[in-house]
Amino acid sequence: MAIECLVLGAGQEVGKSCVVVTINGKRIMFDCGMHMGYDDHRRYPDFSLISESGHFDAALTCIVITHFLLRGYVYDNVLCFLSYYLILRYPTKALAPLMLEDYRKVMVDRRGEEEQFSSENVLDCLKKVTAVDLKQTVQVDKDLQIRAYYAGHVLGAAMFYAKVGESAMVYTGDYNMTPDRHLGAAQIDRLQLDLLITESTYATTVRDSKYAREREFLKSVHKCVANGGKVLIPTFALGRAQELCILLDDYWERMNLKVPIYFSAGLTIQANMYYKMLINWTSQKVKDTHATRNAFDFKHGDFTGAEGTIACSPKQSTSSDCSTSELAPSVALDGSTGIETSADRPSSRVLSSKIAGSIGTEEKISYINRSSSSPLLLESDFEEKNGLCSEKTTYISCFTGSVTLKNSVVAVCRFDRSLINAPGPCVLFATPGMISGGFSLEVFKNWAPSETNLVTLPGYCVAGTIGHRLMSGKPTTIELDKDTQIDVRCQIHQLSFSPHTDAKGIMDLVKFLSPKHVILVHGEKPKMALLKAKIQAELGIPGYDPANNETVCISSTHYVKADLSDKLIQTSLSPNFKFLKTRLAADCGLDSLNIKATSPLQLCDDRISEGILTMGKSQKAKVVHQDELLVILGDEKQGVQCANCFPVNMSNFDKIKSADELSGEVQLFDKSSQLYAKLSSELPELNIQDCGEFLQVESFRASVCLLDNCPHRTMDNPCDTFEAVYFCCTWAMEDEKLAWKVISIMKNFGINAP
Amino acid sequence: MFFSAADVKSCMQRVQVLKYAEEACYNGSITIKAFSSGLEIGSCNWTISSPKANIGHVSSSIFQSETAMDFNYHALQGCDAILYSDNSARNILGNVEDENCHFASVNSDLSIKSDTDNSWEVIGEALLNADERSEEMEKLAFIISCAVDSVEAGGSVLVPIGRLGIVLQLLEQLSLSLKSSNLKVPIYVISTIAEELMAFTNIIPEWLCKLRQEKLYSGEPLFAHVELTREKRLHTFPAVHSLELLKIWQEPCIVFCPHWSLRLGPVVHLLRRWCRDQNSLLVMEEGVDAELALLPFKPMAMKALQCSFLSGIKLQKVQPLLKILQPDFVVFPEYLRRHIGPPNSSSSFLGYSENQTLRIPNRKELPELYISMDLATQLSWTKLDHMDTSIARLKGELVMEHGKHLLLPGNEQAISSDTRPLLHWGAMDLESLLAALQKMGIKGSVEQGMSDAGSEIASVLHIFEPSKALIEVKATTTVISASDESLASLISEAVNTILNSI
Repeated sequence: MAIECLVLGAGQEVGKSCVVVTINGKRIMFDCGMHMGYDDHRRYPDFSLISESGHFDAALTCIVITHFLLRGYVYDNVLCFLSYYLILRYPTKALAPLMLEDYRKVMVDRRGEEEQFSSENVLDCLKKVTAVDLKQTVQVDKDLQIRAYYAGHVLGAAMFYAKVGESAMVYTGDYNMTPDRHLGAAQIDRLQLDLLITESTYATTVRDSKYAREREFLKSVHKCVANGGKVLIPTFALGRAQELCILLDDYWERMNLKVPIYFSAGLTIQANMYYKMLINWTSQKVKDTHATRNAFDFKHGDFTGAEGTIACSPKQSTSSDCSTSELAPSVALDGSTGIETSADRPSSRVLSSKIAGSIGTEEKISYINRSSSSPLLLESDFEEKNGLCSEKTTYISCFTGSVTLKNSVVAVCRFDRSLINAPGPCVLFATPGMISGGFSLEVFKNWAPSETNLVTLPGYCVAGTIGHRLMSGKPTTIELDKDTQIDVRCQIHQLSFSPHTDAKGIMDLVKFLSPKHVILVHGEKPKMALLKAKIQAELGIPGYDPANNETVCISSTHYVKADLSDKLIQTSLSPNFKFLKTRLAADCGLDSLNIKATSPLQLCDDRISEGILTMGKSQKAKVVHQDELLVILGDEKQGVQCANCFPVNMSNFDKIKSADELSGEVQLFDKSSQLYAKLSSELPELNIQDCGEFLQVESFRASVCLLDNCPHRTMDNPCDTFEAVYFCCTWAMEDEKLAWKVISIMKNFGINAP
Repeated sequence: MFFSAADVKSCMQRVQVLKYAEEACYNGSITIKAFSSGLEIGSCNWTISSPKANIGHVSSSIFQSETAMDFNYHALQGCDAILYSDNSARNILGNVEDENCHFASVNSDLSIKSDTDNSWEVIGEALLNADERSEEMEKLAFIISCAVDSVEAGGSVLVPIGRLGIVLQLLEQLSLSLKSSNLKVPIYVISTIAEELMAFTNIIPEWLCKLRQEKLYSGEPLFAHVELTREKRLHTFPAVHSLELLKIWQEPCIVFCPHWSLRLGPVVHLLRRWCRDQNSLLVMEEGVDAELALLPFKPMAMKALQCSFLSGIKLQKVQPLLKILQPDFVVFPEYLRRHIGPPNSSSSFLGYSENQTLRIPNRKELPELYISMDLATQLSWTKLDHMDTSIARLKGELVMEHGKHLLLPGNEQAISSDTRPLLHWGAMDLESLLAALQKMGIKGSVEQGMSDAGSEIASVLHIFEPSKALIEVKATTTVISASDESLASLISEAVNTILNSI
């Protein structure tokens, strides 16, 4: 039997994660992603490989989604599989509609593509989704068991453990082995695994300390705003924006900076609300402080005091209608509409988390209720009031991801246009990351030509995006399309703040789990090959790095089942640990020395060797204790012993004490204890016991023999030339080697003694 | 004081926190899991599984809750024994005593089909569809209407109820009613943990009922108190003497505070204040002896409303539930004997009473040993001629994991490949042994039955070539004496071929 692993996406590339694993007849799809760098069919996994006829229902047991990254897990495709058991974690489920809606808008509006799914589709799809809690063990069906483990990375990210029968595997999705400011490091149990499928985005990178990275980031941002520049931080992954924001918030307070920080992405704003609600999924540190202060209530963004506020700012927090007020010179925006937030005065920073002030108000129309016609309405409104050209469609599409109120949209847009070209320094978080389009591109176009400005790229950028071009050598101009060229004079700063694990993290995880096989996905081909070789060399675990549409077959653990008798369980319950070195030395193996050197405390517990497996025709295999076997057989035990009685030259030992002073019996004990001392020093690795009348090592016993014609004395010519003491030895057959070793030492006493 | 805060803290450090359906393994052999019971947020039933038996513990459970996650009874399916300890029926048993025919009629109402596949679903629906929820909603609605009446008459309402789920629901519905009646009455929650509780209940979607979870997905707060707090209609204070409270205190008002016994906490002060006011209202839980509880406050002009909330499985649902769970044994409190256990059930019913140990027979067959395939192929088999059976001595590493005995390939060095057999049986025939030895080039002669008085009959085989050795054979023992290692080894081999060994 084997585990079959078909890589549909993220094989030797980054993005489009999708792996279909077949374990003992169960077929599980892990993740269902798309590639941001392509516009053609390569953007999606080739689903025809799962089922040519498109009957995915029959072909898949369940789909497991580990997390959201790059705003696009291809739900349009997932929608075809509606009858599945789709498994993801609560936060992921909570964030899913946001992400999907946003993705849908980008696809439809920006790229002008045919609408692949509607909001209703998304909702229908989510109804089929089963959300799981961390470590909750879900019994998908009788045989398939799935469990989520904490993965760090982004909110809601999980590693998934799947077990069918006795075969088990872990699919990591993306994970992070170093805790960041708001999410902890990945945590997983030590599991018996046949297969580990791990991401390998940073297969060869070992990142420096978190602290140094943070300082570098803060310094560059500070330097830029000190010179009056604008900082653009295109963020993508949920969570990155939040982490950087907590960081900046702290730093601003410490340095007493007054430069405003803007949080533009509606997506991130709404996500922030979920973060607050799902705070128990974030790291312990954040959790501990929650009772007193929610870390996601950014200091100047907390408007819980504002009654019935749709949108507000610190100064105006008492006015409940400021967002619609045309007079407000710079109006902060409605958190619930998820559009834009800003400061009303230059001295304050407003962050996005004011959803607290608006969730639940009646004005709020949830994003899920919005019909697909509303974006059109918004768009026309927008153009009417602003007379904008078609290019702005992009602009809207990005903003409208979670827009709910018409009037706010207008306010946002007007406000926002003024923000982009407003004088003075500022920091802006904008979606999408990688500057692959949308609002971040819009801002980039405006800010890139100025040397004082800074673009900070947190995290990985997929080939084909502007972010990638900026990172791979500083270009002076970027061609957007035939007609548009962007002058790039601004500073570029790359931040390895990506929530992916680095090489050390991957190695740590593989070492910790010690699976039988490792498959690497979601990485760059040459780096993956290096990592694969490293895993093989350092950990001795076979690794694979299949390309897309390749299948890897690995063998999985199988077990033979046998009934276990009570007696054997009883004996197994009382362990008879022995130090392994004892046994090894008895075996006289040269290897034993090496083992002793490496692990001197290794224990050996061989109680299982008292078990006998019996297998008869047409009956189930049974394991019994060896004593029970005889009862079953109706036979009696035949003891087989070996014995030998031989003389030992003890003349050298009697020098200290005169034999006359001792009575006969004591003398014998004395001889035996002298022998004990000698043997113990000669064979320190053996556990020799002095039992008074005899010495014992394992089953070997030696005692002074007083008989004149001991039947075990088989020497042809008894030696009478020296003062000989006869020792009678017996041992069981299995300790043969040990026995003869001890005997040879005893016999050599006389010769070697000084 | 019996214990200090430090004691509590050190005690809590030993507590392992579990999520629903998370496996906790004790000692590798016992797996413990918790499943939602529906009674309160975070309350649970337990399953304990070991290789020998699975036991499910059913505490007070509610099939469908308005706040907490529903009673997950499906998770208890497949248990060998169900330990039924929902004692919520104890209080109301007196009322049921007279209606003993109750069960038969309920059973037929639920139209239980036997032994058909869909019968479970039918019963399941019956468990959920009953009027429990609407009954509970009616109770709440009644309390709220009484409260609104009191407030309208200028009185205050005091709610010393301990059950969090009820409090949260009352908060929500009360605020709605007040709003629709256009009453601007403040609601106070006075407790040392009030603020924490309000914050906490809004960040635990995974412990809540489906309806509340839906709120998470549509971006709404899980409970309405978030909004109430923001609108300054709901205020939380740690104590009745909090400065903030004194500043904004106004009457009439609605106060939620501990303790239901009316002997501890803010309730004492407030009750003293309002007990002479005929317009004020006290809402109490059932289970308290109202007469006794109110004694210190007499004479009472204040109205008191005592309400019993659903706090467990209704007796008429026990049978259908057990039908779904189909355990071999049901262990239940003795006083329920008359109400549990129909004659035509496949389960055995055992009643327990206090301070008594009950032994539950084990119907399970032998536990299984899972021998890894790699290891199984390495075993050396011996065929037993007369029994048509093959036997092999086990080796490897015995591991107990998640209640399973696994035999895995162990440390290679620890298993020496050519160990001598540990066990011999069968009869030793000296002539055959001699023949076997002769094949090896060993010569000797047999000396039969030297029988000493009183001692065992022993036969001896003398070896004289290649060197001197002696094999002594008694009824159940054989002793090989040789002073030459290789000769001893050869003889051992010969003995192994004559005797059965493993």
